[in-house]
Amino acid sequence: MRNPLLFALPIIAVAPWLLPPFYVTLANYVALASIVVLGLILLGGAGGLMSFGQAAFVGIGAYATGYLTLNYGASPWLALLVGLAVTAAMALLLGVLTLRLTGHYLPIGTLAWGISFYYVFANLPGFGGHDGLSGIPAISAFGYDLDGKTTFFYLNWVVVVLAMVSISNILDSRIGRAIRSGGRATPMAEAMGVNTTGVGLTIFIFSALLACLSGWLYAHFLHFVNPTAFNLTISIEYFFMAVIGGLSSIWGAIIGAAFYIVSKQWLQTLIPALTGRVGHFDVIIFGFVVMFMLHYARQGLAPSILGLFGKRAHFHHSVAEAERLPQRERAEPVTEMLKIENARKNFGGLAAVDDISFNVKAGEIVALIGPNGAGKTTMFNLITGVLPMTSGVVSFRGKRIDNMHSREVLRLGIARTFQHTLLRPHLTVLENVALGAHTRGSTGLIKAALRLDRREEAQLLYEAKVQLERVGLAHHSNTLADSLPLGQQRLVEIARALASDPHLLLLDEPAAGLRYEEKVVLAKLCRELRAEGVTLLLVEHDMEFVMNLVDRVVVMDFGVKIAEGTPEAVQADPAVIEAYLGGVNE
Amino acid sequence: MDFQIFFFLLEDGIANGAIYALLAVTMVLVFTTTRILFVAQGEFVTFSALTFASLQIGLVPQIIWLLGLLAVIAAAIEIYRAVSDKDFKSIPGTVGLYLVAPFAVIALTIWIAPLGAPMLVQAAVSVAIVTLLGPLVYRIAFQPVSSGSVRLLFVIAIALHFVFQGFGLLFFGAEGFRVDPMIDASFEVGSLIIKAQAILIVGTLALFTALLYVFFGYTIPGKALRATAVNRVGARIVGIKPDLAGKLAFLLTAFIGGVSGVLIVSSTTIYYDSGLLIGLKSVLGAISGGMVSYPAAIIGSIGVGILEGFGAFWASAFTEAIVFSAFIPVLLWLSLRSTPNEEGHEL
Repeated sequence: MRNPLLFALPIIAVAPWLLPPFYVTLANYVALASIVVLGLILLGGAGGLMSFGQAAFVGIGAYATGYLTLNYGASPWLALLVGLAVTAAMALLLGVLTLRLTGHYLPIGTLAWGISFYYVFANLPGFGGHDGLSGIPAISAFGYDLDGKTTFFYLNWVVVVLAMVSISNILDSRIGRAIRSGGRATPMAEAMGVNTTGVGLTIFIFSALLACLSGWLYAHFLHFVNPTAFNLTISIEYFFMAVIGGLSSIWGAIIGAAFYIVSKQWLQTLIPALTGRVGHFDVIIFGFVVMFMLHYARQGLAPSILGLFGKRAHFHHSVAEAERLPQRERAEPVTEMLKIENARKNFGGLAAVDDISFNVKAGEIVALIGPNGAGKTTMFNLITGVLPMTSGVVSFRGKRIDNMHSREVLRLGIARTFQHTLLRPHLTVLENVALGAHTRGSTGLIKAALRLDRREEAQLLYEAKVQLERVGLAHHSNTLADSLPLGQQRLVEIARALASDPHLLLLDEPAAGLRYEEKVVLAKLCRELRAEGVTLLLVEHDMEFVMNLVDRVVVMDFGVKIAEGTPEAVQADPAVIEAYLGGVNE
Repeated sequence: MDFQIFFFLLEDGIANGAIYALLAVTMVLVFTTTRILFVAQGEFVTFSALTFASLQIGLVPQIIWLLGLLAVIAAAIEIYRAVSDKDFKSIPGTVGLYLVAPFAVIALTIWIAPLGAPMLVQAAVSVAIVTLLGPLVYRIAFQPVSSGSVRLLFVIAIALHFVFQGFGLLFFGAEGFRVDPMIDASFEVGSLIIKAQAILIVGTLALFTALLYVFFGYTIPGKALRATAVNRVGARIVGIKPDLAGKLAFLLTAFIGGVSGVLIVSSTTIYYDSGLLIGLKSVLGAISGGMVSYPAAIIGSIGVGILEGFGAFWASAFTEAIVFSAFIPVLLWLSLRSTPNEEGHEL
């Protein structure tokens, strides 16, 4: 069975009639927790971000509805909107403060937020202190009161299923590929035009909203809220559920929540019976379980359980022909494509790029060569905005682009590959290439969740497939990127760069690691691209490959340009010979 | 607020801040050498404080069984490794290293507990127990994944906090403990009263800062830790074992945590679950220096202590919320200073 959801739906339908009443209640708690944990999995498994403040967002949802319905007789639906708005504002603040910083500040910021929330709501007048609020009314819809554990069982699980479907839709979309490519500030994703901070912020807010929704349901299910249910320990428990279930799959949410809540229930009756002492000793066992899993089973329980259903761990796309995405007008062959004037980059006292000037005309293939450490890759990083320039001017089609952000550089039409291939190992080859077309689409999270992105998505995937065919790897579309050999990974990088429809393509050592036949194919591809009007600038050490392919060569040594000209002229240049072979002046 | 109250709050704040500063220094030490953001550090403090309090009332602190358990687990792991590597010669040394010291301390604890030993001896035993926990915890929880991501190590630290807090409740119960100050005296300077305990705490901070300065600047193990902090791979190439550096860092951390515990329990009531807040307040101090700068961590932590003291005076119910809201300006400051993408870690 391909989709375990089809298997799960009938179970949900009959479960409240078959389960003992106590387990129906427990299943409600599992559902409420699953909603929160789904957000954590979107955040952590896909986006590489962690939050230890989710329980506080649950608390906002619960307290907003408790306070407004009890004190102002407000409709729970209105209170839900208020809760969601407050949650979004809080998540936005935390995200803006922490997401620009390296990995560990979001978890720390959320930890602090989780603690503050507890102390504020336990002490704020009007919120009932440590006793909390009780007597919260039922939700009514279409004249019916939604109440009782069976009604809530359906309500909660419908929300779980909707959340799962929407997250699964999100992950398999343009924005989903951006999420899965990092979520944090990663140079590769930024160079593909992904606003990684914006993507991280979006999924953090989305996960907080899911938590808030869970809190709203919780308050109306129990008719009671108190601050203990939203303290830091609970946030950590949600995180543990995600780790135990497995961050790599959305099914990890339900599996983790069910495992945690049911075994916690058992432990809390078993341990006091065995030891004769009362207390939350189950935390010791769960702490050990989580540590053990992080040491030996980082994938969590989900992959092995899903394996029973024969479900593939990654997305599988069969790409149909679609309308091509609009392409840029190619420039006339004489136009100056790239102009570099007196570029300089200092790393401390070292000038990695020292006063370099050269230009590249439209439709040319130019090679940037030089011994190791000459500053070639640094030059690429300056052109593409990955590194800020110390001084100098870079113009692209007459427009200054020095110190522009790498995302904007890509949008203008400069795409690149990386010396050390930067493919996302857990994405398929096709998805990696489609990431290159990120800036040619526009649909965001909400449209993706509702599947309103299908036309554009088909175009993006078709574009990726066309580019894969170009580099001869279409048959590997659904292979995970890290299972390809290095040479083919380089070709995938080229396809990814081409998917952005660039005017200028920068290739950083494209032939390294390629076999002879592959080099012939690569040279042919470069010539085809030139014929189509794409301009190429490449860094390469394979002189045979370079000299037979390019129109002009720029030679760098120790950050300085030492020669420029046709391949023949450069090969005869004494300065170049000295740089490569050493001087003969002893 | 008159000047006397102001001074009283300031003195209290600085004394508490000095404890956070001690811990923040160890946070930075552990983070730079092992990349672990060790939020469970606060539990070393509570363990030591509650052990000290138990010894004062003549009870055998049950935490010694945790020490024994961890020692046996660590020794078992090492023996298993030695056997699978067919490295039988190393077994006696390993067993000695992992078992002798912990069980000697356990025996000592059981012996002195009912004797009503002098306070300093009880303090020393409490610190010794906790100090030995440090390297054992590193060996069992972190060493197997020491090359993992910062995120992974952080989650393990959180899981450890969970385990420790559970053990804290099991061993010491839910009641809080407080002991008499080690030096119950005070001086009057004009109209101001200076408590000897505050001087002891600030003096300890000054002493440890000086000792750590000498340790890092002039001793081989200290330089090895610094080298590991700068570049793990490079340090390994020149022969520094990262795992040894990790254990050393945890030994120091646990030791300083232990000392902080016996100091803090005479000014604050400590519960089994007080550790997380203490630990996070030192994290707050430590991140003021971006988790790399020792002086900034000390200054930041003392600031946290002062903020806490005045917060408790003005709005005691909201003290914790006020202190943790201080994360916002600190994070904002760090965020404005940072330049993302510069030297991308992937490239």
